[in-house]
Amino acid sequence: MLHPRHPGSVWSSKNSRGLHNHGSWSGLCLLTVTLETTELRFPSRIEAVEEAARAVAEFLSRAGVSEDVAFGIDMAVREAVTNAVLHGNDKDETKFTDLSLKLLPGAFEITVHDQGTGFNSSNIPDPTEADNLLKSSGRGIFFMRNLMDEVEWSMDPEGGTTVRMLKKV
Amino acid sequence: MAELNISERQSGDVTILDMDGKITIGEGSVALRTAIRRLLEEGKKKILLNLARVSYIDSSGIGELVSSYTAINKEGGELKLLNLTQKLQDLLTITKLLTVFDVYESEAEALASFK
Repeated sequence: MLHPRHPGSVWSSKNSRGLHNHGSWSGLCLLTVTLETTELRFPSRIEAVEEAARAVAEFLSRAGVSEDVAFGIDMAVREAVTNAVLHGNDKDETKFTDLSLKLLPGAFEITVHDQGTGFNSSNIPDPTEADNLLKSSGRGIFFMRNLMDEVEWSMDPEGGTTVRMLKKV
Repeated sequence: MAELNISERQSGDVTILDMDGKITIGEGSVALRTAIRRLLEEGKKKILLNLARVSYIDSSGIGELVSSYTAINKEGGELKLLNLTQKLQDLLTITKLLTVFDVYESEAEALASFK
């Protein structure tokens, strides 16, 4: 079901339980129960950050999460979408940023996908080191890592970068 | 309504900016940067940011606070922060920026601290 709720955006929302096969290894299938999923695609402009934040607020409101948990997820998503739009897609509005919000049993899983060339996530300077304290940028990934329980990046075979974040509840 | 509204007051030689809204990437960060640049151009170098009504700040907004701090220091001035929300205090704590900024809960004490 598509909901054109914001100009230039495409929404897909499912409110039903789903079983998803995430692949197999040595003959074992990994199955995840997803209680609710919201997916959003938007052109890479800075307004996408607020659009993503609104989607997150609605999603978390339906899930009834605490204010503290909601604050952390909201901020992590804003930072991830900002990075995707500014750095991944270089504000090229012909490129898309995709956001997926999933409620799993005991956790929220968020993925943000861009069409950029990727980066080395192990090579990010620590903004709390004395030499970096007075730098005006470089804190977004630090906040994502601090506010979420798991954050990992992957380069997609068909191109682009995906950051997957997990918040346990 | 603008993302961030900034009202200016003067107390002696200290300029107080009452900030209301979000300091986030785009409009909010730009509004703060513009206000600080204008004050410096006017020779106002003792600046107190009242953040009581700042409902949200992101890494860009925090970066703008740091830029404001360094720009004012470079001109021989002082920037101090007043009335941090708990969330902002938490973010400044984990980034270790509470060790950089001079932070107050009382406007009178903040004003008295300027040299």
